[in-house]
Amino acid sequence: MTELYELTASEIARLIASGKATAEECVDSVIERIHAVERKVHAYITLDEEGARQKARQIDQRIKEKKPVGRLAGIVVAIKDNMCVQGTRTTCSSHMLENFIPPYDATVVERIKRADGIVIGKTNMDEFAMGTSTENSHFGPTYNPWDLTRVPGGSSGGSAAAVACGEAILALGSDTGGSVRCPASFCSIVGLKPTYGLVSRYGLIAYANSLEQIGPLAKTVEDCATLLTVIAGHDERDCTTANLGVKDYKSHLKKPILKVRVGVVKELFGEGTHEGVTKTVMRGVDTLEDITYGCEEISLPSLEYSLPAYYLIAMSEASSNLARYDGLRYGYRAPDESLEWDDTYSKTRKRGFGAEVRRRVILGSFALSAGYYDRYYVKALQVRTLVRRDFERAFSRFDVLVGPTMPLPPFKVGEKIKDPLELYMCDVDTVPVNLAGLPAISTPCGFFEGLPIGMQIIGRPFAEELILRVANAFEKSSRLEATSPPLR
Amino acid sequence: MSTMEKAQVKIGLEVHCQLTNLKTKLFCGCPSDYRGKEPNTTVCPICLGIPGTLPRPNQKAVEDAIMVAEALSSQISEETVFYRKNYYYPDMSKNFQISQYDGGGGVPIAASGTISVEENGTKITVRIRRLQLEEDPARLVHLGAIDTSPYTLVDYNRAGIALLEIVTEPDLTSPKEARLLLQKLRSILEHLGVSDGSLEGAMRCDANISLAGGARTEIKNISSFKEVERALNFEIMRQRSLLARGLKTGQETRHWDETRRTTITLRTKEEEQDYRYFPEPDLTPIRIPAETIESIRRRMPELPDARKDRFVKQYGLPPSSASVLTSEKALADFFEKCTHLYSNARQICNWVTTDLLRCLHGQSIEIGESKITPANLVEMLKMIDEGVISGKIGKKILHEMVKTGSSPRDIARRHGLVRISEHEVLDKLIESVFREFPNAVRDAQTDEKAVHYLVGQLMKKTEGRADPQLANKLIRERLRSHAQQVD
Repeated sequence: MTELYELTASEIARLIASGKATAEECVDSVIERIHAVERKVHAYITLDEEGARQKARQIDQRIKEKKPVGRLAGIVVAIKDNMCVQGTRTTCSSHMLENFIPPYDATVVERIKRADGIVIGKTNMDEFAMGTSTENSHFGPTYNPWDLTRVPGGSSGGSAAAVACGEAILALGSDTGGSVRCPASFCSIVGLKPTYGLVSRYGLIAYANSLEQIGPLAKTVEDCATLLTVIAGHDERDCTTANLGVKDYKSHLKKPILKVRVGVVKELFGEGTHEGVTKTVMRGVDTLEDITYGCEEISLPSLEYSLPAYYLIAMSEASSNLARYDGLRYGYRAPDESLEWDDTYSKTRKRGFGAEVRRRVILGSFALSAGYYDRYYVKALQVRTLVRRDFERAFSRFDVLVGPTMPLPPFKVGEKIKDPLELYMCDVDTVPVNLAGLPAISTPCGFFEGLPIGMQIIGRPFAEELILRVANAFEKSSRLEATSPPLR
Repeated sequence: MSTMEKAQVKIGLEVHCQLTNLKTKLFCGCPSDYRGKEPNTTVCPICLGIPGTLPRPNQKAVEDAIMVAEALSSQISEETVFYRKNYYYPDMSKNFQISQYDGGGGVPIAASGTISVEENGTKITVRIRRLQLEEDPARLVHLGAIDTSPYTLVDYNRAGIALLEIVTEPDLTSPKEARLLLQKLRSILEHLGVSDGSLEGAMRCDANISLAGGARTEIKNISSFKEVERALNFEIMRQRSLLARGLKTGQETRHWDETRRTTITLRTKEEEQDYRYFPEPDLTPIRIPAETIESIRRRMPELPDARKDRFVKQYGLPPSSASVLTSEKALADFFEKCTHLYSNARQICNWVTTDLLRCLHGQSIEIGESKITPANLVEMLKMIDEGVISGKIGKKILHEMVKTGSSPRDIARRHGLVRISEHEVLDKLIESVFREFPNAVRDAQTDEKAVHYLVGQLMKKTEGRADPQLANKLIRERLRSHAQQVD
C-alpha cells in the first residue's frame, strides 16, 4: 500500500479535499517516515513535530466547519535553515547562529503559512549556503537517500533529501550558484531557481545577494509549480522584486510545447563532464526532440569564464554580508572576551565560522580591497555582462536552453571536501544562470549506474511558466515521474 | 586674518546633516525622532541588521536630498546608486554602512553645486563637490572619557537615521568663512524644512585644511560651528609653526579634542582604512526623473538669499541687517511675526539684530530656546513709543523677557521700571540733585554742559526711569527760578 508520505502535494490535496484523508493523517505519515529514516539521512537540523500536528488539527477543524483553506492545506513543507521562521532557531548550519531565533518570518515562510502549508522543520545545508555537497555543516553532513554513502548535493541538500525520501512533501531551497538545482539533480527530484526578482529574499540570510533566489523543491513539476505560485510575487520589503502581478504557474502546465525551440548548450557538456552524465542527458535531449519543435546545438563562449566570475562576485558579497556576525547582538560570542572589541570580533569570527566560510570571507575581502577591486570584482562584473549577452543572443533563436545540471553523478561523502577547487568545479554548469539572473529548472533525467542524473532547462527572464511546461512534458514522456529511493 | 595669510589657507568641509524632519529612518519604518528616547527602543530588525532583513529606501529622504541639491544649484543625477562602505566598528549593526561612493562608478544624488556666504558685506562663492545620502551609525556611550571608560554601550536608536552628506571644494580661506558657511547651510536646510539644526548632533562636520607648501589634514569630531572655527584656527597655528621650522606636515586624519582644544593624530596616510566599497546589491539604482525634479522645484520654499532681498525691498532694511536676520530661519521668522504686529520694521530690525542677538549670545542660546515672543517684543516697543519706558529700560526688560517670557508691562511693574513722569515726584528728585551739586547748579547758569550734567545725575538717581524730556524741562525751569532768586 502506498503511504501518504509517498504522494505528491497534488495527490494529497485531492485526498484532503475529498475527505479521504485528514491533514493530521498526512502530517503523521510524514513524521513517522522521519522517525524511520532521519537518522540515516540527516536532512533536518530542527524539527517542530508538535507545531506541525497542531497546525494540521486546526486545518482539519476548518475543513470540518466548511471554512475555506489555502492551496497548501495539509502539505508538509521543509524550510532550508537559512530562511527565518519566527520563533524557530535558524542556524545556517553554522556554529555562529546555533542559537539564533529570528524575531520574524521570511516573506516566503509567511506566504506558505498563509496558504496553510505545514512547516515541519529546518533542513540541513552547507554553512551559509557555501558548498555543493551539504558536508560543510556544523551539524554534520546529509546523506543521499539513493545511496547513503554519497552526498545529496548542496547547498540545499537537506531540503532535497527530505523531499526525495518522503520526510517532507515540498521544500524550499535557495540557489546562489546552483544550490537548489544541484541537490535536485543528485536526489532525483525537481528543483527550480526562479528569475532574479521573482521571489522575495526578505528573511533569507544572505550569502550573495545579487545572485540568489529562493526556489521550490518537489517530487514532480506540478508540485514545483504549486509551491512557486505560493511564494512568487512582488514584496515591498525586497525592492529587488519585480512587480508583475500574480500568476498561477500550475494552470498552464499542460499547454502544448510543440512550437518550443530547444537549444542544447555545448559548453554545458564541456571538458570534465562525466560520460554517464553526457549519455543520460543526451537521451533526455532525444526525448525533447520528439516532443518539441526540435533541438539544435548552440555555443555560449562566455560560459567558460563564468565559474571564476561567479566565485569572485559571490565571495565579495559574502565578505560584506557576513560582516555582521561579530557576537555583539546575537549569535555566538567567543567566551574569553577582552576589552578590545576588534580582538573579541576576530576570536568570535574565527571560532564561529567553519573553514569554508572563512576562506570565502577572506578571499572576498581581498577581491574588494583597494588595488584589486578593478582587477577582480569589476572584471567579474564585465564577465557577468558578457554571459548575460550570450544568453540574450541564444534566446533570440531558442525558447529554452538545455544541458546537464551537474557535470557528474553524486559523489561519495568525503571524496571532494578536502579539495575546495575540485568542489567549486562542480558548479560549472549551474552558475551561469545565476550570473545572468535567469530561471532554470533541474528535472530528473534518468540514472547512470543507479545514480540520479538531472537535466537543466533554462528560460528567458520570467519565463518560469514555459520551462515548467517543458519540464512537465518531459517528465510525462520520460516516465520518470515520482520514483522513490529504495530507502527503508 | 590678512589677505596674504588667507591666500595660503585652503579649507574644505564635509558636513553631515540629519534629515530630522523625516518621520522614519532611511531604510526602515522606525521613527526618526530618537532624541530623549530610552536606548534601543526606536529600532527594528532592519536597523539592527538582524540576519535576512533588507533595506527599504525612504522615498521622502531622496526627495529632501533633491530639494537641498536644488537649493545649492547642483547637478542632480538621473540615477543614483547606493554603495556599501565596509568597516568593523561597534556602531555599525551590519559592520558596513549603506552610503554612496565618491570613487569610480559611484554616482551621488547630486554634484557640482555652489553656496555663497557673506563676510563683512563681501560675497564669497564656495563650490559644492557632491551631495549624498547615507545612514547614521549608532551612538556609542562611554562612562567618562572614551579611553578610560570600563565599557562601551551601544544605542541603536540613531542607527539608520537619514544623513545628507554635503562636501565642499577647498574654496574656503579662513576658519571664520567655514563657520559662516555652516550657518548659511543650516539656514538653507531650515528654510527648506528638511532639518532642524538646533537639535543636538543634527549637523556634524569634518574639515580638511592645507597650508601652502603643506599636506592636507582632515579634522574629525567637530561638534558645533564655534568648534569648527576653533579647531581650524588651532590647526593653522600648528601647521604654520611646523612649516616655519622647516618641518613637513604629513597627510593625516586628526581628532579635535574639544576640552583640551587641540588636535591629535588619529591615523596617518599609510593607516587610512580600505572601505572595500561596492554597489549595494539589495538596493536597485534610484532613478530621478526630470518630472520629479520639476515638481520639487515648483514647491521650493523661499530661500535665505531671496528672503534677504525681500526684507530689503519690503521693509527697507539695510542689506547687512537683512543678512543677519536671514542667517537663521528662526530669527527671520521672529522678525516677520513682529512686523505683523508693529509697523516700524526698521525699529524691530534694530532691536532684533543688536540688543536681542547680544542678549542671546550672552546667554549662549538660540532664539528658539529663548522665551521671548514677538508679541512681547512689540509690546515693549509700543511702551517706548508711548513714553512709558525709555529705550535704556527697554534693554533691561528685553533681557528679562528672553529669560522668563514675561510680558514687558509685568516686568516693568514688578521691577518698578515704569518711567517717572509725575511733576511732583520729579520735582522732589530734582530738588535733591540741586542740593547735592550746588556747584553744578551755579555753573549751569552760564554753562550748557553743566545742565546736561544735572540731567545725567537725575537719570542716575532714577536708574534711567525719569522721562528725559520732562526732566530737562523741569531742570531748566528750576534753574531759571534759581537765577531770579539770586537776582
